[in-house]
Amino acid sequence: MRLSIDHRTVYAFTAPQGRIVQLLRMTPSDTHDQTVADWQIAVDCDSRMTQHRDGFGNATTMLYCEGAIERIELIVSGEVVTSSSDGVLRGVTECLPPRFFLRTTPATAANQAIMSFASEVSSGRDLAALRRLNTAVRERFADDCGRPEAGRTAAEAFVLDALTPRDMAHVFIAAARAAGAPARYVTGYCDLTGDHRPTPHGWAEAHIDDLGWVAFDPWLGRSPEEHHVRVAIALDAGGASPVAGSRLGDGVERLEVDVTVQGDD
Amino acid sequence: MGTWAFDEILGTDGASRPELANLVDWLADTPPDELRRRQEAAESTFRQLGITFAVYGDNDASERIIPFDIVPRVFLADEWARLSEGLIQRVEAINAFLDDIYGAQEILKAGVLPEDLIFLNPQFRPEVVGIRPPHGIWAHICGIDLVRTGPDQFFVLEDNARTPSGVSYMLENREAMVRLCPELFGQLRVAAVDSYPDRLLETMRSVAPRGCGQNPTCVVLTPGHYNSAYYEHSFLADSMGIELVEAADLVVDNDAVYMRTIAGRVKVDVIYRRVDDDFLDPLVFRPDSMLGVPGLIAAYAAGNVAIINAPGNGIADDKAIYSYMPEIVRFYSGKEAKLPNVETWRCREPEALRYTLDNLDQLVVKLVDGSGGYGMLVGPTASNGEIEKFRQVLEAEPHRYIAQPTLALSTVPTLVESGVAPRHVDFRPFVLSGAKGVQVVPGGLTRVALREGSLVVNSSQGGGTKDSFVLLDEGMKQTQTMGPDGMTQEQSL
Amino acid sequence: MLSRTASSLYWLGRYIERADFIARLVEATIRLDVLSARPAGEAAWLSALTVTDTEAAFKATGASLTREAVSRFLTSDSSNPGSLVRCLDMARMNARAVRIALTRESWSAINSAWLVFDKRVARADTDRTLALVDAVKHETRGFEGALHRMLRNQTTLFIRLGQATERVDDTARLLDVKYHLLLPEGAEVGGTVDRDQWTTILQTVSAVTAYRWLYNDGLVPANVIDLLLTRSELPRSVAGAIEEVTDVLTQLARRTGTNGEADRMARSRHARALKTRSGDVIVSGLHQHLQAVIAENDQLHAAIARQFKFH
Repeated sequence: MRLSIDHRTVYAFTAPQGRIVQLLRMTPSDTHDQTVADWQIAVDCDSRMTQHRDGFGNATTMLYCEGAIERIELIVSGEVVTSSSDGVLRGVTECLPPRFFLRTTPATAANQAIMSFASEVSSGRDLAALRRLNTAVRERFADDCGRPEAGRTAAEAFVLDALTPRDMAHVFIAAARAAGAPARYVTGYCDLTGDHRPTPHGWAEAHIDDLGWVAFDPWLGRSPEEHHVRVAIALDAGGASPVAGSRLGDGVERLEVDVTVQGDD
Repeated sequence: MGTWAFDEILGTDGASRPELANLVDWLADTPPDELRRRQEAAESTFRQLGITFAVYGDNDASERIIPFDIVPRVFLADEWARLSEGLIQRVEAINAFLDDIYGAQEILKAGVLPEDLIFLNPQFRPEVVGIRPPHGIWAHICGIDLVRTGPDQFFVLEDNARTPSGVSYMLENREAMVRLCPELFGQLRVAAVDSYPDRLLETMRSVAPRGCGQNPTCVVLTPGHYNSAYYEHSFLADSMGIELVEAADLVVDNDAVYMRTIAGRVKVDVIYRRVDDDFLDPLVFRPDSMLGVPGLIAAYAAGNVAIINAPGNGIADDKAIYSYMPEIVRFYSGKEAKLPNVETWRCREPEALRYTLDNLDQLVVKLVDGSGGYGMLVGPTASNGEIEKFRQVLEAEPHRYIAQPTLALSTVPTLVESGVAPRHVDFRPFVLSGAKGVQVVPGGLTRVALREGSLVVNSSQGGGTKDSFVLLDEGMKQTQTMGPDGMTQEQSL
Repeated sequence: MLSRTASSLYWLGRYIERADFIARLVEATIRLDVLSARPAGEAAWLSALTVTDTEAAFKATGASLTREAVSRFLTSDSSNPGSLVRCLDMARMNARAVRIALTRESWSAINSAWLVFDKRVARADTDRTLALVDAVKHETRGFEGALHRMLRNQTTLFIRLGQATERVDDTARLLDVKYHLLLPEGAEVGGTVDRDQWTTILQTVSAVTAYRWLYNDGLVPANVIDLLLTRSELPRSVAGAIEEVTDVLTQLARRTGTNGEADRMARSRHARALKTRSGDVIVSGLHQHLQAVIAENDQLHAAIARQFKFH
């Protein structure tokens, strides 16, 4: 299917900024099941952009803005044509071996509660076990459609009733790694999450012997098919976040994000 | 244990080494009071200069100096030649290993190292995977910590491939010795160390990114004047005649690094950083940190700036990797390591674990990822209770531990309360790797345990420093005409 | 030179100069107080607070206007951002940040000035205060000497720029406050008045001897104003400091090859200062003139910060 993405990010500052440098992970790459037909990043002020690829293989953009900046708007728009392989990832250049993704991070560390949960719902790290885990995460939590709270860990999220897609993915990753399956966070877009979302979508990928990387979206309770556009991966959401920024200037910043994805068969 | 040790000047059994007769005479002829007077004069100069050494977790570090001992430690020319070969081989292997591990990873494909040792090691930085530093050099400045147990028995205790410090001591100690004991330099032909700043600058310039001209701009990056090694940072910048910058002085624009000067921005080509990886670039390493230069890694990845030493080097001097250094040297050089490690038992291996458990009372057992002496057992000084307690810990998680024998470190005569007496020493030579090859500076930092019998040379625990003489002989004169100041230099290009 | 280094050197110059000024002000005020009857003494301390712009801050401490309280407040009170100890603190902090740019001698002068307060935290009786300010003056003189022995490069120029800029401000404030305060009710401008009071002003800017050299008709307020405002031979006069600022900026422009906003402002100010006649100023309003000098100095300070990219 053809997905069109409109992702707007506005930073408004209470005091003008002298300089802004941002690292953007906002550009999808082609895979077996996703072809980027059109993609643009636009900024509403004088700026320079350079293209890079990071150690995870993500396409990144460095954005440099100079001068008194009170507000900056990033508009990411594009069209991606997708197909489905039942969540099995193909045609991606991997920079790091699967075992690297057994590393834990503070945001994805499993505590006792997550480990018992994981061993209750499934044992093992094969496809069936991880599918059960994915479904179990879906069933355990209600939807939190707000903006995810910065810095919240999987362990902190686990005691709540309702979770954002990011937190559900963190719980899944923590549990999968505890079961011995390499797992990672994916940031991207999905047309089934509703219009005007306050953040891009997030889900997980786990590595299964003999099958390779397989995507699991705990928010939907199944593997992504043709409704997802995969943009960036990392050990957790922080590492894959669309924007890492730094500014030179006083005051506080206000952030507004509006993401709309439309599917069209 | 002190009585067992090899004394580097007096030899074993008190029979002094014939090559050092001049020094032995000097020691015998100079009364201790005179030595003490000179030593105090040196320390008073150090205090005035504000020379301090990194003592982590000590807030008063900036007001502290490390005790200086007036009796030098001496290496004979042929000893030094052999040592240099070993150091060059080791540092070449460290560079090859880093280039490989962040690139093709041949060593893993060959099964020389267990994959998890790299990939699950926090010192392996995914952020720099795929980035190749200018000229493929990673560890431009290495400090290799050595211990000695006999005339020709040197062992590597630790590799320092991140931001090794202490070189200002090598230079300031020599300054003090030349001023206070000029007669020694008349009697012994000592290789000069004062060209180190020139050598370092030459190394920095040699690895400048291609296309930045004949005169690349080099800087030293310091965390600031509150850092306990600030004296060394400013000393190095000053003696190389380059700017000492803080992160806030640097900006990145369009993937190039600039420093903010009164005449506007000036492009920076080579950065000798004395800050940790974590604080280099907040966009990449520590998003919560306000420190660092946003965009620095992008400029580095684009090949527009050289960072000395390269980010990610921690994987080469990690304790877990250390035990594999003989294999690493063999893999990249095709030869056996000329400088051996201290024998190390990796408790993750069942046979090594069995040996360790059987000999706990004679071994030092360390955590692979520990530091500051935590989670460590020193068998010979531990009580039976401590040993039994440690045995349980070790059996529960053997993969987290390595074991080493307690070595009889060599001694050097040292001025103490009662006069001149032997004290244990270790040694940190400095090895420079540039585009034109690897060189060892003929000297280094000798640390001495001032307490009788003590093997702990750390400045935080009663350690001091000595000047380290490398003697030139007839053979070395040849080298001297080839490379000034007796620098041993190996052309690899 | 790094902008941060230049900024630290400039601020080092300003703070060391301000510290020196406060030391002289306190010393001269003590002298005046000792020589005067009670109400005049109180007025002298009030004026010292006004000159340093710390009147409100002092009131907020709730202390009464005594010699002991004010001199303590102006010297060793670290809760007063305008105190001598705080100025030396800031001078030392800036010096520390550029430690390698300074010679050992200049650094130890600043360090010793700062250490003066380390040893004397006790009560501020008159003798002790005098000893304290004397010690500080001794160290700042030592710094001045060390500075002269340093290479005449950008490092010394930025310190001198800070010192001269601060000096314009200090002398203008001193003159502004003292003139209005000291001129007795109904006294004719230009008439002869109380020697002691006018001597205080001259002492504060170390100009007692210079005055005798340049003027032969005793202590006349119009002459004191003339000296402090227009005689560039006197380093601490407004005209002298303005000339120094221009001179230093010109030398910096020659070394950096740039010529900017601050250079233009300084040259234009200097040209006007050369034409200033103290007689005209007294007639048209000394207070307004000095206020304009202070405001323009602030603008030049901002222009310097922009030109050399201090931020």
